[in-house]
Amino acid sequence: MSSLTRTQVLGLYKQFIKNANNFNDYNFKNYFLRRTRASFRENRDVKDQEKLNLLYTNALKDLGVLKRQSLISQMYTFDKLVVEPLKTEHE
Amino acid sequence: MLRQGITGLTRVSRLLRVGANSRPALSGGIRLYSKAASNAALKFADDAALETHTDTEAAAREQTVTRAAATSSPSEVIGSSTSALQNAYAENTGFGTRPIYLDMQATTPTDPRVLDTMLKFYTGLYGNPHSNTHAYGWETNKEVENARKNVANVINADPKEIIFTSGATESNNMVLKGVPRFYKRSKKHIITTRTEHKCVLEAARAMVNEGFDVTFLNVDNEGLVNLKELEEAIRPDTCLVSVMAVNNEIGVMQPLKEIGSICKKHKVYFHTDAAQAYGKVPIDVNEMNIDLLSVSSHKIYGPKGAGAVFVRRRPRVRLDPIFSGGGQERGLRSGTLPPPLVAGFGEAARLVVQENDADIAHIKRLSEKLTKGLLSIPDTSLNGSAEHRYPGCVNVSFAYVEGESLLMAMRDIALSSGSACTSASLEPSYVLHAIGKDDALAHSSIRFGIGRFTTEEEVEYVVDAISKRVKFLRELSPLWEMVQEGIDLNSIEWSGH
Ligand SMILES: Cc1ncc(COP(=O)(O)O)c(C=O)c1O
Repeated sequence: MSSLTRTQVLGLYKQFIKNANNFNDYNFKNYFLRRTRASFRENRDVKDQEKLNLLYTNALKDLGVLKRQSLISQMYTFDKLVVEPLKTEHE
Repeated sequence: MLRQGITGLTRVSRLLRVGANSRPALSGGIRLYSKAASNAALKFADDAALETHTDTEAAAREQTVTRAAATSSPSEVIGSSTSALQNAYAENTGFGTRPIYLDMQATTPTDPRVLDTMLKFYTGLYGNPHSNTHAYGWETNKEVENARKNVANVINADPKEIIFTSGATESNNMVLKGVPRFYKRSKKHIITTRTEHKCVLEAARAMVNEGFDVTFLNVDNEGLVNLKELEEAIRPDTCLVSVMAVNNEIGVMQPLKEIGSICKKHKVYFHTDAAQAYGKVPIDVNEMNIDLLSVSSHKIYGPKGAGAVFVRRRPRVRLDPIFSGGGQERGLRSGTLPPPLVAGFGEAARLVVQENDADIAHIKRLSEKLTKGLLSIPDTSLNGSAEHRYPGCVNVSFAYVEGESLLMAMRDIALSSGSACTSASLEPSYVLHAIGKDDALAHSSIRFGIGRFTTEEEVEYVVDAISKRVKFLRELSPLWEMVQEGIDLNSIEWSGH
C-alpha cells in the first residue's frame, strides 16, 4: 500500500457513513456521523503518504469496530427518543 | 455487506435453535438426524428474531406513580394538578417516547468503542490477570497493563502510580481513611470542603470517630474555596487536604494548581476527587502538585464498577490499605481485577485523549446554546461560578417553580435536581446551600449535563420544552401567586425532610 488513491479514501468515507447510519441508537448514530464528517474534512489536505497510510490503517480498525457495534445496536434495541420521528428515513 | 452480516448471524442462531429444539429427540436416538425433524426445527427458528427490544416506558410509568405517591406537601399541591400538567407535556405523536438523556453527571452512556474492547473478555479472554504461569494470565495481564498506561496518560502520571478500584467512591474512601491511618502517630488533622461528594464527606466523618480532627471549609457564593482560608486551616499535624476538582452538582472547577502549591509549601498531601473532571478538564498531576487523585470510569463513557486512584510514588505517599489479601495493585488494593471493566475503562481513557479537542468544542458549543436559552427565561439564574466551570454541567434555578414538580412534568427529559444520591429526597441540596442559596431557590434548581453524544437537536428540544413548562407551572404555582401578593417565601417552613 505505497500510495493511497482518492477512490480508496472516498470508498472508506462511504463505508463509515453507511455503517454509522446503521446504528439503531440515535445518539451513537449521530455521533459517528458527525465525527466521520469532521475527521475526513480535517485530514482532507494531508499529502504526506506515510501519514496517509497510518490514517488509513487506523481508519480500517475503526471501521471494524463500527461494523460490529452497529450490528449490536440493531440487536439490542430500545424505544425511540422523543426527538426521533417514528418513521425511518428509508421508508 | 451488512445484510450479509445479519443473515450470517441468523444462520448461527438457526443452528443453535436446531440443537435446542431437538433435545427431546436425543433420547430417541438416531432420529435426531432425520431430515424431517431438523426441517421442522428450521422452520420454527426462522420466526425467531435476533432483535431483543427493551420497553422502557413501563419502568418510567411505575416510577412516576411511586414518586407521586411519595412526595408530600409542597409538591402535593402541584401533584394534584397532574391532569393539568398533561397539557404542558408535549404529546408529540409520531415521535418516540424515550426521554432525552441529560444526566451526564450521574453517569454517561457506554461508548460503543468501549463495549467493543470489553466483549473479548466475555467471549474468550477470561484468564486471571494475576496468573503468571500460563498464556491465559499473560494475555489478560497485557491488556490490563495497557489500560493502566492509558489511564495514567490522561493526567500525565506514571502507569505504576495507578491503582485500579471499583470506582471513585472506593478511591475516595481509600484515600480519606488510608492516608490518615498510616500517619496517625504524628498527624491528626484532615481538611476538606462542604461541597464534596457524599462519599468524601462521609469518609471524613468516619475519621472523626477514629479520633481525627476534620475541617470542612466553606465555599464562597461562586462555589470556590478561599485559598487564604485553606492555608490558614493547615496545622502542623495536618496530613491531608482533599478538595474536589469539578463539583458534581454545579460544575464549578476549583483552582487545583494553587491548592497544590499551598499543600506542597506546607508539606501536606493533596488529594482531589476528579470523578467529574478526569478527561474533561486538563489535569496534570505533576504541574498541579497532586499527590492523590480519584477517578471513575462510568463518568467518561466507560463501564460502571471501575475506577482508579493515582498514588504518587516520588515522593512516595503511603496509605493503609482497606482490603487485606493477595497483595495485588502494589498491596494497596487486594483482590482479582475485573479485566473486562479495566480494559473498558482503559479504552475510555484512550478515547478521552483522542477525542479531547472534538469533545470540548462540541460540549462547549451546546452548553452555550443551552445556557443562553435557559437564562433567557425570566427569573432564572446560573448556580456557581460562570467562569471557573466545566461547561458540560449547567445548574439553573427557576424561581417560583418547585424543582421536583418541574422534573415530574418532564418525563421526556432525563434530568436531576442534584446529585444522584440526594435527588430521591426532597431535602434541598447541601451544595446549593453551601453557595448561599435559600431553600426556595435550592428547591427550584435543575442540573443539565451535556456529553459527547448529546445532539444539537436535543438541546433545542430541551430549551423549548423547559421554557414552555416553566411558564405553565408558574401560572399554576402557589409560590408565584404568593410572590405576586408580596409574601416573603423565606418565612415558609419546608416539610418533608
Ligand atoms: C464528584 C464525585 N465523586 C465520586 C462519585 C462516585 O463515583 P463512583 O460512582 O465511581 O463510585 C461521583 C459520582 O456520583 C462524583 O460525582
